[in-house]
Amino acid sequence: MSAFVGKYADELIKTAKYIATPGKGILAADESTGTIGKRLASISVENVESNRQALRELLFTSPNALSYLSGVILFEETLYQKTSDGKPFVEVLQENNVVPGIKVDKGTVELAGTNGETTTQGFDSLGARCQQYYKAGARFAKWRAVLKIGPTDPSELAIQQNAQGLARYAIICQENGLVPIVEPEVLTDGPHDIKKCAYVTEIVLAAVYKALNDQHVLLEGTLLKPNMVTPGSDSPKVAAEVIAECTVTALRRTVPPAVPGIVFLSGGQSEEEATLNLNAMNKLAVSKPWTLSFSFGRALQQSTLKIWAGKKENVEKAQEAFLGRCKANSEAILGKYAGGGAGGLASESLYVKGYKY
Amino acid sequence: MGPNFLTCRKVGLGPWARETQSYKDVILTCSTGNQHYSPKKKSYSTNGTYTTKNWQILHKRCRGFLVTVPSFSYELIANAAYIGTPGKGILAADESTGTIGKRLASINVENVESNRRAFRELLFCAPGVLQFLSGVILFEETLYQKRADGKPFVDILKEGGVLPGIKVDKGIVELAGTNSETSTLGLDGLAERCQKYYEAGARFAKWRAVLKIGPTEPSQLAINENANGLARYAIICQENGLVPIVEPEILVDGSHDINRCADVTERVLAACYKALNDHHVLLEGTLLKPNMVTPGSDSPKVKPEVVAEYTVRALQRTVPPAVPAIVFLSGGQSEEEATINLNAMNKLKGKKPWSLTFSFGRALQQSTLKAWAGKEENVKKAQAAFHVRCKANSEATLGAYKGDATMGEGAAESLHVKDYKY
Repeated sequence: MSAFVGKYADELIKTAKYIATPGKGILAADESTGTIGKRLASISVENVESNRQALRELLFTSPNALSYLSGVILFEETLYQKTSDGKPFVEVLQENNVVPGIKVDKGTVELAGTNGETTTQGFDSLGARCQQYYKAGARFAKWRAVLKIGPTDPSELAIQQNAQGLARYAIICQENGLVPIVEPEVLTDGPHDIKKCAYVTEIVLAAVYKALNDQHVLLEGTLLKPNMVTPGSDSPKVAAEVIAECTVTALRRTVPPAVPGIVFLSGGQSEEEATLNLNAMNKLAVSKPWTLSFSFGRALQQSTLKIWAGKKENVEKAQEAFLGRCKANSEAILGKYAGGGAGGLASESLYVKGYKY
Repeated sequence: MGPNFLTCRKVGLGPWARETQSYKDVILTCSTGNQHYSPKKKSYSTNGTYTTKNWQILHKRCRGFLVTVPSFSYELIANAAYIGTPGKGILAADESTGTIGKRLASINVENVESNRRAFRELLFCAPGVLQFLSGVILFEETLYQKRADGKPFVDILKEGGVLPGIKVDKGIVELAGTNSETSTLGLDGLAERCQKYYEAGARFAKWRAVLKIGPTEPSQLAINENANGLARYAIICQENGLVPIVEPEILVDGSHDINRCADVTERVLAACYKALNDHHVLLEGTLLKPNMVTPGSDSPKVKPEVVAEYTVRALQRTVPPAVPAIVFLSGGQSEEEATINLNAMNKLKGKKPWSLTFSFGRALQQSTLKAWAGKEENVKKAQAAFHVRCKANSEATLGAYKGDATMGEGAAESLHVKDYKY
């Protein structure tokens, strides 16, 4: 067949399928040192290794939270960190049936001659790094490509560069035993309506799957991490059901059934918004041959972070908040979320214009 | 879901008058000026646009007059979904005059219009067969032919819940510089022809692109040309109310194994769906007519379960769920082989968000043709043979075929003709 079937094929298929288990999703805890610094700054916590370690320990040892997760994406530093009593984070996750994942891209750079469009770096030594990460216990990877909507954007150049980049990253991962999460994020920034977002999302996803086919990627051993289809950030909001219908229609038109799971990014949506939208999608009575799940960063951690505020005495309460969001999103995958699992914090928009990771 | 047709009828209000049957309302839109006639209300309105929950009517300038032209989206979606109704499939009876001539010659029947008409009447009027069919693809001549008593074939089909379809391509030509690879003709004036066919009652169309497997085939040129051609044809059909069947046939000729066929099929289908996306085709209003994934004709055969596994996997990797149905071509397989393979696919466990059904020509008609032999006294026997194949394939779409069809003469006969030319 046109897919590359190497020595890791069976394992890739099994891992991807497990990550897509209905009722489980991914915690995206792969903020780079710079990015996590911004988060810590927002709660007046110093950006030093011990604090970064403390936050991640808080999350990974939250009682019962891990039962709602099938995977956690880590930043390289975190892959090698341990709990305060010396247990590697990777082991904590593995013992709780959570697959460790690793961010492998090296950020974005602008494409000359475009209107601020970007491509993603990270190919140099990618194969060797993947092998290293596999040895350290990682079994899936993540690479974020970014596109934006504007009068002439995304350009054909940006679409092609990012689609081909994702496909190249994906096949290199598969050659080295890591399930690639394919993430073509179309930013919400802009005054466009939901129809425009749907149109752009569909042409981007079509380009991505053509590129994956061209480069012989084994779709059964991948996951997709797309944006939800929503109005632009400067446009009036719409109901969750509308977002659900537009999003699922776009996916039905572009994502082959061989892909086991779709794990949405939350993009600047508040915790509650992201959960409600995911829930609405799973309630839609239409054929969806892939699990619709989550891979949330801010939308799982925001209130937890605020409650923790860097203080040991707040850890338990912060962990409860984290458990609450994990459970809510787990229910949303099953279309069973009843809403209201939110404090004011959970409804806070996490949108930042021109967001840079 | 029952048939949901639009019929076009001239009611003296102008050349573009149409009567449309939506789910709830019957409206008539008229192009000569901003007039509307509602048969339900039995009155005219001067409102130039009419919007129901089911229709979006767009104004368009045409020949200097403001016309209202219905957007066909809802109708395309409904018709495409109907063709995929479980238990039903398509009879491909669109053999060109030349091709049907070869069939008739094989039973020593003269290739004249009356014989062509007689054979199609035999098929369409066979007792009890229309229930197994959701569509019949016709050649242009047949679209305008009638039963012996004067009733148009198109009306007979529609009354039987069968959508009439029409072959719209004009055959293939070789691509210079390739190893006899081809491109398909027929885009010139296609829009006008589609409109004509729609007025005559057609509701779906078919266009056959052909690729072959060889040491350096299919070439990227052949893949791109054929994918682009299919996408252009598809959007023109949709603009004119016809559901396009997208048919990228990869010929079975060759000594390659099933893996090679799977590889090529996956690459070709991926190219097709990228092209359809580029050309803004509404996937929910299309059908796919692919080859099954099999070893080459010069290679040892494999079990139906293997054909099923490879075929379904190739489709899972390339065909988006928005496509409502996949209607396989039989490509030289015997009647029984084609049915058993289709059955195996429908029994297979796994993700199949599209119906898997048939669009068979030879694999539905072969034993019928032999039983008829051109003789009036054989019509009933031939019709019984046809009923057997239709029923068998209907069961196969449900994974319920037990292989017990009383086989007519020739049902197990391979229909492969090397380098088959339509």
